[in-house]
Amino acid sequence: MEFGPHLLLATLEGAVGAAVLALTALGLSLVFGVMRVVNVAHGEFYMLGAVVAWFVASTLGSAPATGFVAALLIAPVCAAVVAMAADRLVLKRLHYDPEATIVATIGILYIMQQTALMGFGPEARPVAPPFNTRIALPWVEWGENGLALFYPWGLSTTSYKLFVIAAAAAILIGFALFLSRSRFGLIMRATQLDRETALAFGIPVERVYSLVFGLGAALAAFAAVLIVPIQQAHYLMGADPLLLSFIVVIIGGLGSLRGTVVAALLIGMSDGIISVFFSPTLAKILATLLVALVLVFRPQGLYGKKRA
Amino acid sequence: MSLSARSIALHMSLIAILFILCFTLSDYHQGNLARILVLATYAIGYNVLFGYTGLLSLGHAMFFAAGLYGLGLPMHLAGLAPLPAFVIGVLCAALLSALVALLALRTIGVAFMIVTLMFAQCVFLSILYFGTWTRGDEGFVIPQAARQIMGLDLTDPTTRYLAALLLFSTALLITARIMQQRFGHVLIAVRENEERTQMLGYDVFRHKFLAVVISGSISGAAGAAYGLLFGYVGATFASVQYSIFPLLWVLLGGAGTTIGPLVGAVFMFYLIDYSSGFTNAYMLIAGVALVLLVLFARSGIMGEIRKRWVPWLP
Amino acid sequence: MPKLMTSRRSLLKGAAAGGLLTASPLVARFASAQSSAPIKIGFQQHATGIGAAYGRWYGRTTDAAVKAINEAGGINGRPVEIIAEDDGTDPKRGAEVVEKFANQHGTDVAFGTLFSHVVYGSAPAAGEQKMPYFVVSEGHHVASGKLNRYTLQPGITDVKSQVQAMAPYVSENLGKKVTMIFPDFAFGHDHRDFFTAAIEAQGGEVLEHIAIPPTETSFTKYFPKIPRDTEVLYHVMVGPAVLTFVKELGEFFGPSSPEIFGFIDSLEAVDLSSPGLEFLEGTYFWEGNPRYAQADQTSFDKNFRAAVGVDENGASVSDPADVSTYAHMFGCWETLHVIKAGMEAADYQGPQDRQKLIEAVEAMSDMAESDAHPQGPKVFNGKTHQVFGKQYISRVEGGKLLRVHATSIEDTLYPDEVDYTTMTF
Repeated sequence: MEFGPHLLLATLEGAVGAAVLALTALGLSLVFGVMRVVNVAHGEFYMLGAVVAWFVASTLGSAPATGFVAALLIAPVCAAVVAMAADRLVLKRLHYDPEATIVATIGILYIMQQTALMGFGPEARPVAPPFNTRIALPWVEWGENGLALFYPWGLSTTSYKLFVIAAAAAILIGFALFLSRSRFGLIMRATQLDRETALAFGIPVERVYSLVFGLGAALAAFAAVLIVPIQQAHYLMGADPLLLSFIVVIIGGLGSLRGTVVAALLIGMSDGIISVFFSPTLAKILATLLVALVLVFRPQGLYGKKRA
Repeated sequence: MSLSARSIALHMSLIAILFILCFTLSDYHQGNLARILVLATYAIGYNVLFGYTGLLSLGHAMFFAAGLYGLGLPMHLAGLAPLPAFVIGVLCAALLSALVALLALRTIGVAFMIVTLMFAQCVFLSILYFGTWTRGDEGFVIPQAARQIMGLDLTDPTTRYLAALLLFSTALLITARIMQQRFGHVLIAVRENEERTQMLGYDVFRHKFLAVVISGSISGAAGAAYGLLFGYVGATFASVQYSIFPLLWVLLGGAGTTIGPLVGAVFMFYLIDYSSGFTNAYMLIAGVALVLLVLFARSGIMGEIRKRWVPWLP
Repeated sequence: MPKLMTSRRSLLKGAAAGGLLTASPLVARFASAQSSAPIKIGFQQHATGIGAAYGRWYGRTTDAAVKAINEAGGINGRPVEIIAEDDGTDPKRGAEVVEKFANQHGTDVAFGTLFSHVVYGSAPAAGEQKMPYFVVSEGHHVASGKLNRYTLQPGITDVKSQVQAMAPYVSENLGKKVTMIFPDFAFGHDHRDFFTAAIEAQGGEVLEHIAIPPTETSFTKYFPKIPRDTEVLYHVMVGPAVLTFVKELGEFFGPSSPEIFGFIDSLEAVDLSSPGLEFLEGTYFWEGNPRYAQADQTSFDKNFRAAVGVDENGASVSDPADVSTYAHMFGCWETLHVIKAGMEAADYQGPQDRQKLIEAVEAMSDMAESDAHPQGPKVFNGKTHQVFGKQYISRVEGGKLLRVHATSIEDTLYPDEVDYTTMTF
C-alpha cells in the first residue's frame, strides 16, 4: 500500500484503539484519582463486561442489535455491582492502604479470572456487531487530469468501528459534563482534592468511594462491550487494557480528565502510526520505549501538576 | 544477646536447617525446595528495593531475564563454561539495572512502577524480536552435559540443592549485613521519609541508585542460577507475571524482613501445589488466600510475627 | 457450564470408588497380569493459561482413549490410570509437574504437552528424572535434536514436515508469489523458515514476511504491508485473538482478495459460522485431521469421533457451539496407543523398564491406519523420535471444510537432524 493510504488506515485503527482505551483508562483514573487505589483488577472488570455481553447477546439471540443494546446496559451494571461488593468486602476494610490494596486487587484478579474460566470457558467467544458495513475509503492522487479520487486496495474501515469512536467520544463528553456540572461530580472532585476536608464538610466519603469504584468498573465494562464485536470475549483479555490504562493514567497526569484523553489518543495513535514505519515487533518496542521516556522526562505526566 | 548477634544466630540456624532438610526431605520436596531457594533469592533481590527502600518496581523480570540470558546465550551459542557464564549473567543484570536506575529514578511512586514495567516489556519484546538467537518464547535447553562445574554435576538433585542453598545463603547474608550498616539505615530512612533524609545531607539519589543495582544484580544472579540449575532459558521469565511474583512473595512473607522472601515463596509454591491436587481452580484458592492474608495479616507472615511477638526480628 | 473431564478431583473420586471396582467384572479381565496395579500415565494438561482451549479437548480425547484401551484389556493386562496435572501453560510449572509425576505420583510415563515452550521447559526435567516424556505438540523441537533421549513425539507430525508438504500444492494451484503472516515467536519463525525454503524449491517466492507481536490484539494496521502483487496470502496465528485476526483480514480485503491459505491453527476451536467469517468461503486450510466428516470417512474416524464425543462438524455432541481442536487432539489418542504398543513390545512391568520402553518405541516404524491411528497411516523415525504422516488441505465450501488434497507421507520427510539412539540414557 502507498504511504498516504497506509498512514490513514493506521490512524483510523489507532483511533478505534484510542477510543476504547480512553474509556477504560478513565475508569482507572477515576479510582486512582479519587481513592488513591491502584486497582490491578481493573482489566478484569473489562473482561467481565465482555463476558456478560456474550451471555446477554447469546441469551437474547434473535437480532444482533437487541442483544448488543441490552449488553450495553446490563454489562456495566453487573461490573459495577461486583466492584462495589469488592469495595465493601475488601478495600474498605483495608482502609484503602496503597500497598495492601495492590495485593488485594491481585487476589481479586485471580478470583475473577478463574471464575470466568470455570463459568465461561477457555475459548474466545464472539458477539455479533449490531451493524457492520465495510466502507472503502477513497484517496486522492495527482493523475494526468489533475487531482483524482481512487480507492486503494485495502483502505477501508467498517461502520461499526466508526460507531465505536463516536460512542466513546459521546461518553467522554457526557462524563466531563457530569463531573463539572452535577452535584455528585462536585462531591467526587472535592473528595479527590482533600479527603479530610470533604469528611469535615459531611461528605460520606466511604459511600463516595464505593460509588467511584463501581463507576470505574462500569466504564471499563462499557468499553469492553464496545470492543467485543471487534475482538472477542476471552477470560485472559484483561491484561492488555490494564497495562495500557495504567500507562495512560500516568502519562496523562493524575486525575486529569483531559490528560487521560490526550494520553489515550497519543498511545493509541502512536501504536498504529509507528507500525507504518517499522516491523511490527520493533514498532511495539519503540512505542513502549517512547512512552517510558516521556514519563522519565516528564514524570508528572502531560497535564499533571508537579507534586512536591 | 545483642540485636546483630541474634540476627546472625537466626540466619545461621535457618541455613543449617535448610542444609539438614537437603538430606531428610523426600525427592519431590527436595526438588521443590531447590527451586524455591532460587526463586526466594530473586525475592530477596526484590525486597532490597521494595521492602527496604520503598521503591515498588513492576519490572524486575527484566533483571531476572538479564541474568538468565546473560548466562544462557554464551553457553548456548559459544559453548562457554558455566562459571564465566554465570559471572556474565550477573554483570548483564548489574549493567541493565544501572541503566534502568539512571532513567527510572527520575520518577517516583506510581510513575516508577509504570516506567519499570515498560522497560521490562521492552526487554521481553526484544527477546522475541531477536528470536534468531534467543529462540523467542520457546527458548532453549542447556544440555545436562554442559551443566557441570569442576566435576560437580549440577543436575544431580543433591548437588543442585546445595548449589541453590549456597546462592540463597550468600544473598541472605549479604542483604542482612547491608541492612545493619549505615547504608542500609539510609535506605530505610529513604523509605520512611525521602525529603527528610535529603535534608539530613544524604545523597538520596546515590543510595537509591545503588539499591536498584544491588537489587537487580541479586535478581540477575537468581536468573542465571535458574538457567544453570534447571537447564531452561525462555522468554516467559521476562513476562509481566514474573515481575509480579516477587512482589507477591515479598508482600506475603513480609516486606522489609530478611527471611520474609523465603517464607512467601514457600507459602505460594505449596499453596498452588497442594490446591492443584484437588481442584483445577487453584487460582481461585490463591486469590482468596491473598485477599484473606491482606485482610488479616497486612504486614505479611514474618511482618505480623515481628509486630506481635518478636520485635527484634531482622 | 463447560467442565474439565479429566480433573484430579474427579480422579480422586474415581480412586475412592476403586473399592467398587474390585467387585466389578472389569477386574477379572485384568487379573491375568503379574501385577494388576494400574499403569500410571501423567498427563501434563494446559487446563489454565493461554492453552486452556486446547487443554480441554486434549483432556477429553485422553479420557476417551484411556477408556477405549481399558475396555480392550488395558496394557499388558493392567488398567491404565491418567493422573492429570495442570501446567498453567507455563514452562516453569511444566518442569515442576514432570518432577511431581516422577517423585510424588510415581507415574510410569509423562504425556500430553502441546505448547512448545512448555515442552522445552519440561524436557530437561524429564531427562533428569529419566521419565519417558511423550509430547503431542507438533513443534519441531524433538526432531531438531535439541531435547534428549527421553522425549518423543510419536503421535503427531511436526511443523517442519507439515509446512514443507504444503508448498507443492500452494505453488501449483494457488500461486507462486506468497506473503506470509505469522506470530513473531518461535512457532511462527518455524513457519517462516521452512515454508520459505520449501516454496523456493518449488520455484515460487515469498514477497514479504509479516511477523505479528504475540501480545497484539488488533491486526488491520499491519495488513497494508501485504504487497499488491501477492498471489497467495499464507497465514497462521495462535492464541485467543485468532478470530479477530481472520475477521480483520476479511474486512481488509473486502471483495478483492488474493488466494488465502491458512493453517487451521488460526481457527482451531473456533466455529466457522462465527459472525464475520463469511469471506473465508473459497479459501484453503491445512488440517492435521479434517474437522468435518468427509464423504469418504473411514470407519476409524467414525469410531474416533464417537469415542471422543464429536459430531460430524467437529463440535461436541452435547453442544454444537463447542468446537473441538480436531486438527491436533487426535495426537493424544494416537500417542496413548503408541505407549500401549511400546509397553507391550517391551513387556513393561514398572519404572525399571523405562529404558526398554524407549527402545521399543524407537524400534517402531510403520503404523497402519486403524482404530489406534484414525488420522491416517504413519511412519515413525526412531532416530529422530518423530512421527511422519499425511497432511490434508481443505477448502471452505458452503461454510464447511472440504478436503481437496492429501499429501503423501514422502512429501513430509526431510533429512534426519539427530540420532537420539546414539545418546546415553
